[in-house]
Amino acid sequence: MDFSVVVEYFPRLLEGAWVSVQLVALSVVLGALVALPIALARISQNWWIKGFPYAYIFFFRGTPLLVQIFLVYYGASQFDVVRESFLWPILREPYWCAIIAFTLNTSAYTAEIFRGAIQAIPEGEVEACKVVGMTKAQMYRRVLLPRAFGIVLPAYGNEIILMLKGSALASTITILDLTGMARTIIARTYTPIEIFLAAGGIYLAISMVIIAIFRQVEKRQNRYLGTVSIKVPDKG
Amino acid sequence: MIDLHGFGDQLLQGALITVELAMASLGVGLVLGLLGAAAKLSSIAPLRWLATIYTTIVRGIPELLTVLIIYFGATIVLMAIASQFGYDDYIEVGPFTAGVTALGLTFGAYATEVFRGALQSIPKGQHEAATALGMGAFRKFQRIILPQVWRVALPGLGNLFLVLLKDTALVSIVGLDDIMRKANIAVSSTKQPFLFYATAAIMYLLLTIISMVVVTWLEKRASRGMRRG
Repeated sequence: MDFSVVVEYFPRLLEGAWVSVQLVALSVVLGALVALPIALARISQNWWIKGFPYAYIFFFRGTPLLVQIFLVYYGASQFDVVRESFLWPILREPYWCAIIAFTLNTSAYTAEIFRGAIQAIPEGEVEACKVVGMTKAQMYRRVLLPRAFGIVLPAYGNEIILMLKGSALASTITILDLTGMARTIIARTYTPIEIFLAAGGIYLAISMVIIAIFRQVEKRQNRYLGTVSIKVPDKG
Repeated sequence: MIDLHGFGDQLLQGALITVELAMASLGVGLVLGLLGAAAKLSSIAPLRWLATIYTTIVRGIPELLTVLIIYFGATIVLMAIASQFGYDDYIEVGPFTAGVTALGLTFGAYATEVFRGALQSIPKGQHEAATALGMGAFRKFQRIILPQVWRVALPGLGNLFLVLLKDTALVSIVGLDDIMRKANIAVSSTKQPFLFYATAAIMYLLLTIISMVVVTWLEKRASRGMRRG
């Protein structure tokens, strides 16, 4: 074992880590935006409204992320319509394909977390809103969504960490994220153990930062609860 | 029907490999999970530390990286050990072995937490009752503890298995002929990526559905002794 290669290539690994962080941050934010309407539609009692979100969530949670990335990156190019459309400059780029695949994937998981949180709010609060005479939109905006945000945090933190780990798959479509960078360095230095372990260490460090941030936000968001902690049903 | 250009049976063979990999990793992972949980609840501090280090590292590192580390690292480590004993030939760790090791380790780390929760959910009185009846540690575990742990842990383990099933696709990257790699091969010869990756997706979905049915059946079976409230 020769860990001097790690020292030598550490700046390159950090470059890769920065790409990983970007991928995760962008797809998590976009994913949350996509997830919200899906979660709301999924809660509906009407089969015509909840049918699509149900299938969407089932597909993205039931198939490997790797398949989803390949479907977006390689699959889309099978159709001439796509290749001639205005979308092609985006779908040609591995970076944006990864963002699209990650966003779709994480939005399915996030939608389930949101749904769990909204449904975990006691029925009495919904009734109270109705009694006060709020419209459905007001009830969601003033009570249910802010409440759900607090409940969602622990599970959502987990989902971001899962996304961070999933982002390693970006390396399979030539993106130089942390894993991709590690593989390129190894192709040159033939020191898989040292470099992969260093990359693993960086992933661990990023996860710890995410956990620490979420602890702070959770404390702030749920400060009115005192020391009581809430458990969210763990969905996948 | 969809025309798979004669790659249909190749994909089915891939599915068989995927299932074999998932089942083998499940076996390894369950054993590691039980050992991990036992270590975390142990009164011996170094065992607890070891288990905590194991779960923290494995759960914090991407599964793909674990697969790569095991696949490329195991050969080097094994050869270094073997050369200490005067064996200098090339030792190769195949993708299947590496996959089972990596996915088993990952499953085991998550299962450790599931089993730990389940073990802790068994009231102390039952341990005492078993001991009072004169059961030894092993018999108590086998007759009283394990059947109940199994019931409590099943939903969690079922979720973990679904994750494991999807993670098997990662092993295609180190060259295992599973569904994913068969699809890659079909794509490179037919130039129809969407068709084959969509087929692969559907195959994984079917495997997921089958697993969910089996887990539900097992859950029903495991809680047949429980009174329904």
